Amino acid sequence: MANWRKFILWFAQEHVDFRVQEFESLVKMFGLQVRLLTEQTMKPFWVVEFRDTDTALQYASRSISLRAMFELYAHSNKLPEFHQRLRNHITANWNTLVEYFRVESSFKIVVETYNKHFSQREKVEKIESMDYLPIEGPVNLKNPQVEWWYIEFWGLNPTAVPAEPEDIMFGRLVAYGQRHLIKELSLKQRKFIGNTSMDAQLSLLMANQAMVRKGDLVFDPFVGSGSLLVSAAKWGGYVLGADIDYMMVHARCRPSRITQKVREKDESIRANLKQYGCADRYMDVVVADFSNPVWDPRISFDSIITDPPYGIREAMEKVEKKISLKANTRSDNMVHYPSTSHYSLQSLYGDLLVFAAKHLKLAGRLVCWLPFHSEDYDPKMLPQHQNLILIANSEQQLTGKTARRLLTYEKCSEYSPTEPFLGSTTQLPTLSQDFRDRYFNNALESRKERRVRKAEVRKQAQVEMNARGKIPSDGRSKKRDLNKARFV
Amino acid sequence: MKLSTYNFLTSMAIKGVKVGFPLKLTISKKEVVESEFNPTFVERILPKLDWSAVYGAAQVAELTDDIPAVQPENIGENELLMQKLHHLLFEIDVLEGQLECPETGRVFPITDGIPNMLLNEDEV
Repeated sequence: MANWRKFILWFAQEHVDFRVQEFESLVKMFGLQVRLLTEQTMKPFWVVEFRDTDTALQYASRSISLRAMFELYAHSNKLPEFHQRLRNHITANWNTLVEYFRVESSFKIVVETYNKHFSQREKVEKIESMDYLPIEGPVNLKNPQVEWWYIEFWGLNPTAVPAEPEDIMFGRLVAYGQRHLIKELSLKQRKFIGNTSMDAQLSLLMANQAMVRKGDLVFDPFVGSGSLLVSAAKWGGYVLGADIDYMMVHARCRPSRITQKVREKDESIRANLKQYGCADRYMDVVVADFSNPVWDPRISFDSIITDPPYGIREAMEKVEKKISLKANTRSDNMVHYPSTSHYSLQSLYGDLLVFAAKHLKLAGRLVCWLPFHSEDYDPKMLPQHQNLILIANSEQQLTGKTARRLLTYEKCSEYSPTEPFLGSTTQLPTLSQDFRDRYFNNALESRKERRVRKAEVRKQAQVEMNARGKIPSDGRSKKRDLNKARFV
Repeated sequence: MKLSTYNFLTSMAIKGVKVGFPLKLTISKKEVVESEFNPTFVERILPKLDWSAVYGAAQVAELTDDIPAVQPENIGENELLMQKLHHLLFEIDVLEGQLECPETGRVFPITDGIPNMLLNEDEV
């Protein structure tokens, strides 16, 4: 039986752009019945009506953007009206609310104000203004059975705080979101990380966008250190990855931590999953070149979550096609690393969309990042494919001029190899094609100028060091020893 | 490499190779990594498997007593077979070995449990 209830959703004011899309993805994934009553989704507090409390709890069990959720008692933008509504709500719903006000249930009231600071005394005054609440239980600040929250929202602009709060709300704490996972999966404590490991929060958000469910098969074709597999496995997905970088997949590349000189022997993507108790859901990682097909057409993934290389911190490579006129001098037992050539963003995304169209199940999702220069963003530049529809698209600022967008596609029709490809890898304008080139060559200060400037700073420092009488250390031989140690 | 992954790997990237499946598997070192039996997951992956390659893998892993040569019907109802499939596909980890292309004989080495499917410049 439907028992519609209103809730306050309290969001972290971080990655604001991703919040609405995460909400929509989770609603779709669980098939939740919900009505959004807040129009301004930039606000950290939303009022939302869920079909029943269980529905609300399902949402909170997966959300990364959500801090906490409260059952709404009263909401207004004027103080007298707020108090009147709170009284009316309690009287009208006394039969269901009475259990929270009984003598045996201990309680606590928290005052949360956004964008305006209040002293402890003022907060206590706010609590005392609600002395009409028929509370009979004892106060317990440490471990209360019931927690009520009084919330005032004073706008988003810290330089123009309004004279009156925009929202005054009161509710009972029902559940917390899943933000504790951000700390739990933090890269700081992770066994194996690389230069481009995705931070815990964004990778969890990506897995939510992909609607990873228990028992799903999830694939990352540019797996790197496996940071996206960690979050997918945490939500119950079985994970598979591939990457062209042999040293990375084998965790034998140069360490990314400044304190670490050599990679430890037991570092691996599997070790990461073991660390978080998901080892059972590790399938495999494979060294493979994405531009060449490796997987049988039978395989079908529930979702593909990936962060392709942009050419900044990690090179965009594919195996180069070369026909040598010289006789093959390689012997069978000799390890050979094929030379790689540049894999342009354009053809990489083209390949990625075709791969997703082929290998996703119907209604399966592809979640990936697309880097670009902020000034030339045009929705038309987003890659398209006839079998995929773009569901979500949100931006994260990277540096002054560059940003990346998290794109979510859903497979809407079966791929057919006979059908001509109508999608548009060509729609990526030439501008974002040379993302790397522009990143390095069109900066305010060119690479050469920077090098010269840095060299001068170093020279100056050396002079000062000599003046202080400190003996300079030989950085070059140190680096050489380090490289040797990695291969022992 | 797990034997479930083996069921989906091909050598079709090699120039001139059409199917490139099943690859010829050789195991020189393997280990058994126990994992939780999830019948729904096995059941979901089952229709996507190529049974001849499942049986082929069982032969190489010396588990033919457990796996029939021809795919039986209604495997989902046969709890025992499901568990044996789980063991074969998800618990046996090939640490060292090789995969060989059935058409060209090109060998892909498996080191530390990770197959290297990279091709050389003159093969793509």
